[in-house]
Amino acid sequence: MIIKDVAKILDAEVLCGEESLDREVKSACGSDMMSDVLAYVKNQAVLLTGLVNPQVIRTAEMMDMECIVFVRGKRPDAAMINLAEDRNMAILCTKIDMFTACGKLYESGLRKQEREA
Amino acid sequence: MSIKLHFDVSGDDFTRAGEASGKIKNTLKELGFNPETVRNVAIAMYEAEINLVIHAGGGEIDVEISPEAVTAVFKDEGPGIADVEKAMQEGFSTAPDNVRNLGFGAGMGLPNIKRYSDEMDIKSTVGVGTVMTIKVLNKQ
Repeated sequence: MIIKDVAKILDAEVLCGEESLDREVKSACGSDMMSDVLAYVKNQAVLLTGLVNPQVIRTAEMMDMECIVFVRGKRPDAAMINLAEDRNMAILCTKIDMFTACGKLYESGLRKQEREA
Repeated sequence: MSIKLHFDVSGDDFTRAGEASGKIKNTLKELGFNPETVRNVAIAMYEAEINLVIHAGGGEIDVEISPEAVTAVFKDEGPGIADVEKAMQEGFSTAPDNVRNLGFGAGMGLPNIKRYSDEMDIKSTVGVGTVMTIKVLNKQ
């Protein structure tokens, strides 16, 4: 699916990265623990999180992620959005909770990609 | 031929933690390093940079980039690590709760650095500080 589909499925608002909405994404992970994101995932394009601080953007940057979805109504501040814009990332906000958001994307074909050995 | 870069990391601004790692990531990308090498360096450095901020009150980073490998040395004058072996265990953490609320401090930092680097060395003296060296080989 493309990032635009993610936004549609999650009924999400696009805060930045309009220009990357047609980019294809194949895998995702959901976590509020950034060290877990750094440890266990590889080649994930979408990060779903309920954590709101600039280190979420930085973590996504280090992992080459293209899209961050803030769940359960969390909203990043302007500084975070600027940080994401500079890195060509799309930021989406949804009111849907983490479990349901992950479930909806899984149902639509997004998967977790295991870390290579 | 190698490139040497130096960064001072402030200990009182958590929001800026990761700036140095991000810059190194971009530099390596521009130099045409293998994407996997770039990511391994970025993640290992990022965790180490976060550690400088949350544990040591800041410090400095010296990075040497050569075609064969990237070596980063993290120096701080923080509290030091009493038991390095214990600190290397996944799940062991001395981070305060406010750090956990930020998405770190789960005892994953040092194990993550080890996971993504080819060589890792920690020299630490309690009350004096810590010097950590990490080396990531450039995968061709």
